[in-house]
Amino acid sequence: MSITVSHINKHFGAFTALDNISLEIPEGELVALLGPSGCGKTTLLRIIAGLEQADDGDVFLKGDKVTDQPVKNRHIGFVFQHYALFRHMTVFDNVAFGLRVKPRKERPSEAEIVKKVHALLELVQLDWLHDRFPDQLSGGQRQRIALARALAVEPSVLLLDEPFGALDASVRKDLRHWIRNLHHELNVTSIFVTHDQEEAMEVASQVVVLNHGRIEQQGSPSDIYDHPANAFVSRFIGQTNIFDLDEHDTDWLQTAGLLTPNQEGKIAHVRPHDIVIEKAKPENNSPATLKDWQHLGGLIRLELVKNDANGSAAPVIAEMPNDQFNQLKLNRGDKVDLRIRQAHWFH
Amino acid sequence: MPQSNIMPGFRPAIGLTLVYLAFIVLIPLSAMLLKSMQLNLDEYWAILTNHRVQASFRVSFVSALIAAAVAALFGFIIAWSLVRYTFPGKRLFDALIDLPFALPTAVAGIVLATIYEPQGWIGKLLIDNFGIQVAYKPLGIVVALIFIGLPFVVRTIEPVLQELDTAIEEAAASLGATRLQAFIKVILPNILPATITGFALAFARGVGEYGSVIFIAGNMPYISEIVPLLIITKLEQYEYAGATAIGMTMLILSFLLLLLINGLQWWVRHRTGQL
Amino acid sequence: MNAISATPYISSNKLTLSDPDWVRYASIGITLGIIGLFLVFPLAIVLIEAFAKGWSAYSASLTNPDALSSMRLTLLVALVTVPLTTVFGVSAAWAIARFEFRGKSLLITLIDLPFSVSPVIAGLIYVLIFGAQGWLGLWLSEHDIKIIFAVPGIILATLFVTFPFVARELIPLMQEIGHEEEEAALSLGASGWQTFFKVTLPNIKWALLTGVLLCNARAMGEFGAVSVVSGHIRGLTNTLPLHVEVSYNEYNFVGAFACASLLAALAIVTLVFKTFLEWKQNQDKRLKAKG
Repeated sequence: MSITVSHINKHFGAFTALDNISLEIPEGELVALLGPSGCGKTTLLRIIAGLEQADDGDVFLKGDKVTDQPVKNRHIGFVFQHYALFRHMTVFDNVAFGLRVKPRKERPSEAEIVKKVHALLELVQLDWLHDRFPDQLSGGQRQRIALARALAVEPSVLLLDEPFGALDASVRKDLRHWIRNLHHELNVTSIFVTHDQEEAMEVASQVVVLNHGRIEQQGSPSDIYDHPANAFVSRFIGQTNIFDLDEHDTDWLQTAGLLTPNQEGKIAHVRPHDIVIEKAKPENNSPATLKDWQHLGGLIRLELVKNDANGSAAPVIAEMPNDQFNQLKLNRGDKVDLRIRQAHWFH
Repeated sequence: MPQSNIMPGFRPAIGLTLVYLAFIVLIPLSAMLLKSMQLNLDEYWAILTNHRVQASFRVSFVSALIAAAVAALFGFIIAWSLVRYTFPGKRLFDALIDLPFALPTAVAGIVLATIYEPQGWIGKLLIDNFGIQVAYKPLGIVVALIFIGLPFVVRTIEPVLQELDTAIEEAAASLGATRLQAFIKVILPNILPATITGFALAFARGVGEYGSVIFIAGNMPYISEIVPLLIITKLEQYEYAGATAIGMTMLILSFLLLLLINGLQWWVRHRTGQL
Repeated sequence: MNAISATPYISSNKLTLSDPDWVRYASIGITLGIIGLFLVFPLAIVLIEAFAKGWSAYSASLTNPDALSSMRLTLLVALVTVPLTTVFGVSAAWAIARFEFRGKSLLITLIDLPFSVSPVIAGLIYVLIFGAQGWLGLWLSEHDIKIIFAVPGIILATLFVTFPFVARELIPLMQEIGHEEEEAALSLGASGWQTFFKVTLPNIKWALLTGVLLCNARAMGEFGAVSVVSGHIRGLTNTLPLHVEVSYNEYNFVGAFACASLLAALAIVTLVFKTFLEWKQNQDKRLKAKG
């Protein structure tokens, strides 16, 4: 195991930030700590780094217990949310910092430092900016410099706090791919914190979902999407329709094909793409009406309202590919039949 | 975000801070407290009810109060002009505001005395045309304390005025307020706490001020003798007990007043929803 | 040039924010009037009075032995107090801006305390400890140590009045900057001192210099506190401001104002540097805001 966290607790006054967290991260993984704000993910990352002290519990890096080691002895690379570049130093000096503060015995010669820094700057494709100051860089450039700076000391693990949080949407997309590729290239065990499930699914090889200081689920992105461990994970990881048997009229759900004898709970979560829409056949007592739709690129999102719904029930959301939708030739107000292909049941 | 606890150097930093604080400030101040506790209440009372002592307290506090009020008014106008208007030499004048901070008080004292004495540059003008004598009268004390207090007010209001989002005035105007209404209902409530703070700082400084006052005051017992001067007089006559009792009382009174003004400021903030 | 010829900049682009002309002109008029009468005019008077009897009287006043010894003493006092106050200020700011601990706000209040204490009381408290009738008076005289009416007393009183100057400049700035850069340095393997000298110090240098500058101005110009503990011994315990007082009280106006002109020059230099340092600090802040 590259990183092991065992029974970590952390309180801030009366607030429980982390509640008995244990976690194992194998060598070479790129792990996302995913959760809503205030769930404790950044605190956990800072505790692994040694920037914060846990109330109790232990942290192991490469099998060594580092709980009582200060951050400087942990050989980690940390990329801060707002990059924390040294404003009074050039890009070059920022990246060289970790090498230059090494004790004299371990410190590389200045020539080696120059060579190494330029190599790192080339790695992040920003060597041409080496004599600029941080204030003269764009957000995406700063992010990559911060990464180069963290990598300069050849950390055994790389920790990134909301690495894409402060960036524009378009830059963010590019950087996600770039980080993924970089990780393939370097293969250093990495953890990044994010509150964006899409980002976690796209970038990470493993996702750890946190909520209220507890781990809700850990697994590969497809594990988590296809087999959410509980209602929180299911809701958090993607859009979902929620049908509570105590509140919905079961006849309606029966018609849609949801109710099966082997259902395992009372609340069904149905992903929009698991709802199949067809033009209403006249002989059917069609259960729903198409209220509106939106284009999401390759997909169409449909908003359906149940017929004779009592009160203000939330619309049902369904998704289908563009061309399929065009073939149906539906208009607003058309009655539709719907069929639920798959659901996750929770109590 | 919670403060991290991995920063090095807390123990030496806090240790040095506390030791230095203790030796330079706390122990000497408690020496005065101890000394004053050697007096019994009757002795203490006798010192404080002395007419000359009471007069000096009146002179110090009343002139500091008047001076702080005048400084608050003019300081407000100066801060407003410096923030809102442009005029030639503005940056130079802005820098000059701090002069009373930087100018040694003894220099301020002899200059003000020279200007306002009956034969002085302005003193003569005032006495010939209006029959007003400034130097060697309580009025002289007020003038010196306005000089000392002015930068406190300007420097407290200025940043608040700069930070004030002018959109709120535009909003007021868009809702039909006249400029005067916008000023009174929108700007003033935002600036008032800072003005009170500036007033309080000027007042606190004025009560204890010595150097700039003694040259212009005339130092007539019962009329223009300030408390700090009386303390020095007592010390020179080796009346340590008297000096201590007066000093202690002054310290307590200024703290009480500061507390009162802080309370007032809290109340104003509360009323104007800035809390 | 007409002093009030410029159009207020706000009115040019933001119509609703313009004040009536008379308000504008009256405000600017009052401002210029007060600054002129209260600040510029006194400075001019210092020079006029100093040179009232010509250059030779002026230079003679500055070069007489008492004046020279008061200058030396003032320099000595500044040389001792400024470094001490600076070291204290930096360590207090480090403790307060980088750590959470019980009683922190009380500590901040106590650091500000000397600002609200009359300088005369600042002198008085040391007299009560070290003076002839003070707590340690007897012991000191037995061991032949002089503090009051001697240089150590002057230094102590100056330490008291300059106490908050550096800490006050640094604490808000360091709180505002935050500690992310320092954490980054530590995570890259820097030691505490390396972090301080390579990361913290460059970030606070302008504010630190401002604090040192103001501390120095106060140390050289302090009058009330020093006056209490000095004893006004000519050639021995008179600082420059005390020498000004003594000369003035002896009706030696040229002598008083000649020395005052030095102190006024010190004040002007301080203001110029302070303005420059504030400009530097704002430049740093703007750069940061832009980024």
